[in-house]
Amino acid sequence: MPTYNATVTVRLKNGVLDPQGKAIEGALGSLGFDGVEQVRQGKTFDVVLDAATQDAAKESLNAMCEKLLANTVIEDYAVEVAG
Amino acid sequence: MKTTIIQFPGSNRDRDMIAAITLISGQSPALAWHTDTTLPDSDLIIIPGGFSHGDYLRSGAIAARAPVMDAVREASEKGVRILGVCNGFQTLTEAGLLPGALMRNAGLTFVCKNVKLEVANNTNPFTARYAQGEVISCPVAHHDGNYFADGETLQQIEDNGQVAFRYAEGTNPNGSQNDIAGIFNTAGNVLGMMPHPENLVEPAHGGIDGCRLFEGALNMLETQAA
Repeated sequence: MPTYNATVTVRLKNGVLDPQGKAIEGALGSLGFDGVEQVRQGKTFDVVLDAATQDAAKESLNAMCEKLLANTVIEDYAVEVAG
Repeated sequence: MKTTIIQFPGSNRDRDMIAAITLISGQSPALAWHTDTTLPDSDLIIIPGGFSHGDYLRSGAIAARAPVMDAVREASEKGVRILGVCNGFQTLTEAGLLPGALMRNAGLTFVCKNVKLEVANNTNPFTARYAQGEVISCPVAHHDGNYFADGETLQQIEDNGQVAFRYAEGTNPNGSQNDIAGIFNTAGNVLGMMPHPENLVEPAHGGIDGCRLFEGALNMLETQAA
């Protein structure tokens, strides 16, 4: 089976308050970075996996997000599989 | 009434919970390890506080997917009472046994202090030994206690009387929505709460107001109370 390199990004949903993002936003401002309107903090997971096809890899990664990598009560996720 | 306490790698309030249950009920609780797939016959299952699996990924996330949680879920469906305190509350939400999620404290700092806790619904065995609206002083110690649920879920929780405890007005330590400190599931047999009643059971703790929660959960009458 071919091996795929994937990146999973998990972010807080829009409308969910992100106190860490807010604190980072404030710190950037105090460092003199003007014009930063918003920072939202998230997580990325680099996953290397074997799968029959790229679609199968993607399907498997979506299931991983639903079951563990993301808490869908508060987080959205995006999966990218390199060809 | 038989109690089982679940232990995960990184649980650290399990011993406090064992001491509290032993003191209040006069019986030592059974213990279950996170890899167990069956549980002893229990009337009350407790998921204690701590930092299960180092709080990696999200607090309670990995514990919630442990083999033992299938047995906890099965017991919950049979109506067995389940109490999750602090990391136990986080684990119960991650497992889907309670609605919502516990996010990083709004102030970003770990909060370790006594809070004023108001009994929001005393029509459940867990809270029946408190007066409705009673305020007790209770310790909290957490970094992720900021309760969040989407608008519709929050409305349902409120409409169903699922809020067990709130931080009394003006004392919310973590930004929790509607000052929520503890909630029941819809059936009322599962309670998750951030404050630590097990650390409020001996005069040396500064008070014994936590005893009544365990007495209620264990169907102990007032006259039997320690």
